[in-house]
Amino acid sequence: MPKWFLPLAGVNAVMFAAAPFLIARADYESTMGLVQKIFYFHMPSASMFLLSAVVCGIASARFLFGGSPRQDRLAHSAAELAVLFGAITLVTGPLWARKAWGVWWAWDVRLTSSLMGWMVAWAYLLVRKYGGPGSDKLAAGLALFGMANVPFVYISVNYWRTIHPKTSVVPTLPADMGTALWFSFACFLLLFTLLLRVRVHLEEQRAKVDTLYLSLDE
Amino acid sequence: MRSSLIRVLALVFALGACAPQAAQQPQPQPQPAPPAATDEFVPISQLPAQDQLPAAPLLVTAYAFVWVALFGYLLSVGRRLTKVQREVDRLESDIARGPRT
Repeated sequence: MPKWFLPLAGVNAVMFAAAPFLIARADYESTMGLVQKIFYFHMPSASMFLLSAVVCGIASARFLFGGSPRQDRLAHSAAELAVLFGAITLVTGPLWARKAWGVWWAWDVRLTSSLMGWMVAWAYLLVRKYGGPGSDKLAAGLALFGMANVPFVYISVNYWRTIHPKTSVVPTLPADMGTALWFSFACFLLLFTLLLRVRVHLEEQRAKVDTLYLSLDE
Repeated sequence: MRSSLIRVLALVFALGACAPQAAQQPQPQPQPAPPAATDEFVPISQLPAQDQLPAAPLLVTAYAFVWVALFGYLLSVGRRLTKVQREVDRLESDIARGPRT
């Protein structure tokens, strides 16, 4: 692991410990009240979910057209993070919606396309695990569809009738709400970087095991 | 004549003794009228406080899930990394000992 990993992991831990204080100090939203504070972890985890899908898609494209095993390892790692952050998004969202909308789930475009993206990430991992020989390229093809879904998820709230808050909510946040949100976002972005690095390291070690078995057989 | 006077007095006395008890008996209450059928729904802008869903359990559940998911994933990656690192070390020592017979 690189030298920067442990110090940055420490910084990230301190940031995650400080985030709840900033979130608690932020004003309440006028119509949703206390439950709106879920937003400060929901939106960053949703952003990391979409970022993971993009990283997975780009790395998969480079693997498909360039054949680099390094890009394949990156894509595999990012797909697992897409499942993790997607799960956080799809659990925290309904908990917020239950109070704000009165229902756990609504089949509107933002929620449905997010669920689809999450299922594509799961499909990627399942194909990699059970697909047998050649599954890496099949999964890479799936990842391209996962990435194509990302802009659709992002713009869906602005183009279709939905009860989900629009993207314009974020740039118009008051100062203390904005501080809490962007601090949480920085926490999640750093966490994403660290998790991706450690997950890629795991794939590198697995590749090393395969190489060592081959050299033992020779 | 005298005996009928005594009977009248006894009757008056008996009625006088019973009168306070009769006065203490509860009066029959008028039965409340059954609620009238609802003709229309009256809208209000906010739910009454007793009907409102509490936000705190939802908020706590959301944040608890985030922490559990992140820690669970970290533990999972750490366990997998330890396992594969042991395998790397074992294979490297096997190779260092020499080829298989």
